[in-house]
Amino acid sequence: MSGKPRLGVFKFASCDGCQLSLLAAEDQLLGVADTVEIAYFLEATSRIQPGPYDIALIEGSITTQHDVERIKQIRADTHFLVTIGACATSGGIQALRNWSDCDEFVSSVYATPDYISTLATSTAIADHVKVDFELRGCPINQYQLIEVIQSVLAGRRPRTPVHSVCLDCKRRGTVCVMVAQGTACLGPVTQAGCNAICPEYNRGCYGCFGPAAQPNLVSLTDQFSANGMPREQIVNNLRSFNGNSPEFRVESDRIQAEQDGEQ
Amino acid sequence: MTDRVIKVTALTRVEGEGGLYIKLNGDTIENVRLEIYEPPRLFEALLRGRKLEDVPDVTARICGICPVAYQMSSVHSLEAALGVEINPEIRKLRRLLYCGEWIESHALHVYLLNAPDFLGFESGLEMAADFPAEVNRGLRMKKHGNQLLEILGGRAIHPVNVCVGGFFRSPRSEDLKKLLPDLEWCLNAAIETTKWVAGFDFPDFSCNYQLVSLANDKEYPMNEGYIATSDGESIDVIDYEKEFEESHVEHSTALHSLRTKTGNAYLTGPLARVSLNVNQLSPTARRLVDESSVSWPCFNPFQSIVARGLELVHAFEEAIQIIREYQPAKPSRVEYAYRSGSGCAVTEAPRGLLYHRYVVDADGKVVEAKIVPPTSQNQAQIEADLRKWIPHALSDDEAATARAFENLVRCYDPCISCSTHFLKVKIDRS
Repeated sequence: MSGKPRLGVFKFASCDGCQLSLLAAEDQLLGVADTVEIAYFLEATSRIQPGPYDIALIEGSITTQHDVERIKQIRADTHFLVTIGACATSGGIQALRNWSDCDEFVSSVYATPDYISTLATSTAIADHVKVDFELRGCPINQYQLIEVIQSVLAGRRPRTPVHSVCLDCKRRGTVCVMVAQGTACLGPVTQAGCNAICPEYNRGCYGCFGPAAQPNLVSLTDQFSANGMPREQIVNNLRSFNGNSPEFRVESDRIQAEQDGEQ
Repeated sequence: MTDRVIKVTALTRVEGEGGLYIKLNGDTIENVRLEIYEPPRLFEALLRGRKLEDVPDVTARICGICPVAYQMSSVHSLEAALGVEINPEIRKLRRLLYCGEWIESHALHVYLLNAPDFLGFESGLEMAADFPAEVNRGLRMKKHGNQLLEILGGRAIHPVNVCVGGFFRSPRSEDLKKLLPDLEWCLNAAIETTKWVAGFDFPDFSCNYQLVSLANDKEYPMNEGYIATSDGESIDVIDYEKEFEESHVEHSTALHSLRTKTGNAYLTGPLARVSLNVNQLSPTARRLVDESSVSWPCFNPFQSIVARGLELVHAFEEAIQIIREYQPAKPSRVEYAYRSGSGCAVTEAPRGLLYHRYVVDADGKVVEAKIVPPTSQNQAQIEADLRKWIPHALSDDEAATARAFENLVRCYDPCISCSTHFLKVKIDRS
């Protein structure tokens, strides 16, 4: 045993991109690997150690009964548990099944649905166990990830911004795509963290970092409607990578109910 | 005769999570399974009813290592459905974006996932203690590949700039040209990488593959061409579903892709690409082929690492050339009108052929989606190779035996997160 803090990286239903962010922090990777003992990180190393873990990074959402049990065990083995990415913090894009008939979903993809063991919902890790810190993003920002790891090692609370993407556009000097071009943008209600890249690339924000603190969703969706966007499209825009986060879910359900009421 | 079971409960240094199960009865092989226990995410179902503009962003989330591949196959399929012709500048930028992805994916696999097997380490991070110059060289190549993706795509993982018809915005010439000194350093690093890995000690192991790759008479294949095989076939992409079928075989819980006519497995990926397109490699990569001890076509899966080295050289050399000649595309995206129809495309993901097909309606919504990733195409071949590898891998040492099998699996760079969403999955962690 090295005596260093022990780090575990665990995967649930996900694309692998968030844990890859750690390997993509090329300049910091060897430094981080030096300050912790990587006790469990299947993608990076064949050296597999049992718990307990000082820090666990959890990627992915809960979609099977087996994973419901597995996350409980990891929680029991872990001192400080961090969820990384939209799947772990909100259920991810696969949470679209939550609004559908999951059996129909499965049988449309797989010829023999009997082989498929899956829950009807995709849910965030925090719906199942206590989470000590949530790091948002689809994918997460690697610099925020390094900040989280270093903060936890130093015994202080990680600091990641909760303001909206709009503020970062102003900082970058990016002209507002919604005001100038009428392009639908979720930036006013989405948490910063990506460095406001979409408006800089001439498109609207599509909500990768989930709801910002105290988002005014009704005001934004009213503006979308005023700009001529059909309700169905507004619902789809909210139901994407963070569609199952409470704020986005409540608003997309409200608009869906309005539409259903009219029909 | 006694039963012997070799199990790797959790494969490591692969993308996504799976296991390996091999059962022997004396000298008889009873079962060989590459087990996939990642939960399905049902992408083909959740795309239905969404606007076709959402498809490149949503399918990117199938894989965090090769999101560009999903974006490329999806936009080319949708453009085929809509009758959109992209301009040559957009075409070049898509190749440049793909170069970035091949670089980050191959550098990751060569240095952090695969090389440790040849040199006897548990991980690339551990290997860094004894091979600091090499590991830092690999990380620096990966970093500059990611920078290319960031400038062109907005970010390296799940880029935001790709759209049906082209790009939301053309990259600024000065931003791309700033990368040139680093990319030139990387070209040399890739040459060193290829020479380094070609000198590894390879097992004497050859498989009777049918190699399958996109091919193109003008260039090294990425985004367009026909499907070539090592048996001399030229298959039109629109005939993909006629020529390749997904079938359920008895010894596996997964859907395997097989050739429809013969029922045989086949191999796609860097080994197939280099073997079938060696004359289209960039001049420096071509020269390395002539100097190297590895001969092409190559049928030894362990030498896939040499193919990745050659493709690193090619990708850096082509990226440098595209950037030097770069003129911003005008417009950056081609306009289109909705119409009902269907379209398919194959592009070369870092791990091989990636097939997409979409049916869209007159309102621009997705009616049907079909996606066949490279790892599910390779799975039947990987299992066949594992059977063939048994006599080489077996020893009295259980851990060493399991490791010998795992080493072979890693050579294919399987992407289990990708394949899972399309394979039949049985949860079995017993």
